[in-house]
Amino acid sequence: MEDFLIKTKGISKEFSGVRVLNNIDFELKKGEILGLIGENGAGKSTLMKIISGLYFPTEGEIFFEGEKVVINSPFVAKKLGISIIPQEFNLINHLNVYENIFLGNEKRKNKIVLDKKAMRKKTKELMNKLKTVIDPDTVIEGLSVAQKQMVEIAKALSRDSKLLILDEPTTVLTINEIEILFDLMRNLKDHGVSMVYISHKLGEVKEICDEVMILRDGNFVSKANTSKISEKEMAENMVGRVLSEVYPEKVSPDSDLCLEVKDYSVDRVLHNISFDLKKGEILGFAGLVGAGRTELAETIIGIRKKKSGELLINGEKVEIKNPLDAVNNGIGYLPEDRQGTGIITNFDLIKNTTLVSLRNYGKFIINKKKERERTREYVDEFKIRAASLKTKLEFFSGGNQQKVSLAKCLDPQPKIIIFDEPTRGIDVNAKREIYFFINDLVKKGISCIFISSELEEIIGMCNRVAVMKEGSLAGILEGEHINEKEIMYYATGVKGAA
Amino acid sequence: MPEEKSFFKKIDITKLGPLVALAILFVISAFASPYFLQVRNLLNILSQVSFTGMIALGMTFIIISGGIDLSVGSAVAFSGGVMIIALNGLLQVMSEPLALLVGFLVALGVGIGCGALNGLIVTKGRLAPFIATLGTMAIFRSLILFFGNAGNLTVDFRYTMLKDIGRGRTFGVQNTIWVFLILTIILQFVLNKTRYGRYVCAVGSNEKVAKFSSIKVDRVRFMTYVITGATVAFAAFFAAGRMNSISTTQVGDQYELDAIAAVVIGGTPMTGGTGIIWGTVVGAIILGMISNMLNMVGVSPYLHGTVKGIVIIGAVLVQEIGKRSTSKLSN
Repeated sequence: MEDFLIKTKGISKEFSGVRVLNNIDFELKKGEILGLIGENGAGKSTLMKIISGLYFPTEGEIFFEGEKVVINSPFVAKKLGISIIPQEFNLINHLNVYENIFLGNEKRKNKIVLDKKAMRKKTKELMNKLKTVIDPDTVIEGLSVAQKQMVEIAKALSRDSKLLILDEPTTVLTINEIEILFDLMRNLKDHGVSMVYISHKLGEVKEICDEVMILRDGNFVSKANTSKISEKEMAENMVGRVLSEVYPEKVSPDSDLCLEVKDYSVDRVLHNISFDLKKGEILGFAGLVGAGRTELAETIIGIRKKKSGELLINGEKVEIKNPLDAVNNGIGYLPEDRQGTGIITNFDLIKNTTLVSLRNYGKFIINKKKERERTREYVDEFKIRAASLKTKLEFFSGGNQQKVSLAKCLDPQPKIIIFDEPTRGIDVNAKREIYFFINDLVKKGISCIFISSELEEIIGMCNRVAVMKEGSLAGILEGEHINEKEIMYYATGVKGAA
Repeated sequence: MPEEKSFFKKIDITKLGPLVALAILFVISAFASPYFLQVRNLLNILSQVSFTGMIALGMTFIIISGGIDLSVGSAVAFSGGVMIIALNGLLQVMSEPLALLVGFLVALGVGIGCGALNGLIVTKGRLAPFIATLGTMAIFRSLILFFGNAGNLTVDFRYTMLKDIGRGRTFGVQNTIWVFLILTIILQFVLNKTRYGRYVCAVGSNEKVAKFSSIKVDRVRFMTYVITGATVAFAAFFAAGRMNSISTTQVGDQYELDAIAAVVIGGTPMTGGTGIIWGTVVGAIILGMISNMLNMVGVSPYLHGTVKGIVIIGAVLVQEIGKRSTSKLSN
């Protein structure tokens, strides 16, 4: 018993009568890294939230260092030495980096006055460890998503943890940053820190973890040594069946142009971007984090004010000043930041689904019956798992939330859809569902812009790939030029006139 | 997909809190004084709370959308006062009923104008609603004090129609109560059945998502202040009708506090995003009932504020505890 750092017995959790976690036993030795994988809604995040004190289990016991513990608040978890790097950022936007890192854990002089100097110094040390250059005094708001992730990691490191839980830390990081993180994890492991690593990237799990535990629908499926299980076996264990082809066959687009963007510029963010989109085409947008892809999408739909440029739809010039103009001109947008701009977590399934298209449900009075029927169609079509149509989205898993976000984007029947990181943080199976779904749309003559940081899916899905670098369009690749090497050349500026 | 059809699941138990509190208060009051249960007394309570109650209905919209309006009390005095000034002029040139109608439209216009001004400062000026309406609260009050020389603005004594309507009854029930009831039904409908109501909740829940969802956030916000301005105008009309005059110093004093208290006691959270119109009505009645009971048992009027304060804090505390236990989050 003593050599286990943490051990759980029969952990179960119910949310308003729905069992999301069923009788989970798991144990973790000192200095061990356990991979935790499973589809969306498999219960990974719920299990880790229980261990870090955010949720209280409906049933079950937890033993920490051989003793039975009751972790009924994050504070207790922190005291035990359990830290979590959450999937959704937990940083306070208007505080700066070091204030966030030491939040609730401030260094003080004589127990009264804040020792800002010491905190800045420690922050710099942490950033050095992470080989990242972020000024401790930068306000969080001004950081890129990848930088925010690094701050989250630094925050967890600043507390001398015995157990570190990493919930999909690499989704927004580049290859280099991931390598740095892995080096750091190996270093921590040598110092006896145990880690739980949640990820959908099975290659990473195989690389960094000693063992991998697989959950499905809240149940334990299997646990294996990562040297004895292949990625394919992992994936099959997750979905419970043999996997077929991941990407659908590409459809060739019409020759008609449905969207032309000419000379788009936004102060300091976008520089003279021009491209076109054919009817029934999937045009990928690749680039490093911060290259301006999301900003371009936001400018097209009228969230950001452009300095110059014009937009043509089916050859006719249109002026899009706000998101309503975009919807009225048949442009849909699936936002990258699900909880920040995509869905309303305290709204239920129905109200989220019809939020953009509400105008189609009555000019003044909402036709609630029609709303309910439409929503039920989406639930069936996308296999959304929900206790009822009236369940608030805060009780949904990430993948199910993404499906609702997708339904919401599609309900106004757009002709052109901009997908911004449509598969971020969701599992293999749900990803595949979304790929096939997008392909079905394209077959119906809908045109798609596909923004993604995962080169593999860009290559697997797109007819052409536009590569952006620092707010400019570095190049548009076609045919055989669509490969990882070529895209990275343009993204990093080796090729292209950026 | 199972749909919850059963009555108890459909009505959120946590939302019943204000109603339970009202029932308890009702029983206590009934035992405390034999006069309490008399129809006359009950109607009196309702008619007394209908002034702040009407305003609280509008305030519910503002609070759901994530704002606040401190200027409503001053706006009542302002729009009521302007109405009386206009009325005295109009009575010189037209018949009394017509003058009264135009006078009411003037009040409505001024009330809506006050709301629109608040809405503009909040949406176009990007000021915090608390600050914006703190400013207009001072402005409206000061203007009407100036117009009325800090005294009373009174309708020419030869004309009593305003008073007759303001104090009158229809089918034995005070006109104020009818208007309160009708406004409640209208606004309950707007909040729950219309697109606009849905948008108000969306804006209060997450402004950014609302904006990305092609909702005109500023327009939705602006309209919540305009709606409140309209409810202010109704309250002003009846406030003037009570005495056929408006005391520029006293009318509407602290209405904003009672209105906000009614909204909060009724179960609409100050953080916005969701709200209950009938809860606000219950909240307003609870406040009125407390005053009524304290009067009847002879508690010093100076102590009414203490009891009210305790009820406000207690109500919100109970809601918070209820929320914590239902969300099952330990923190």
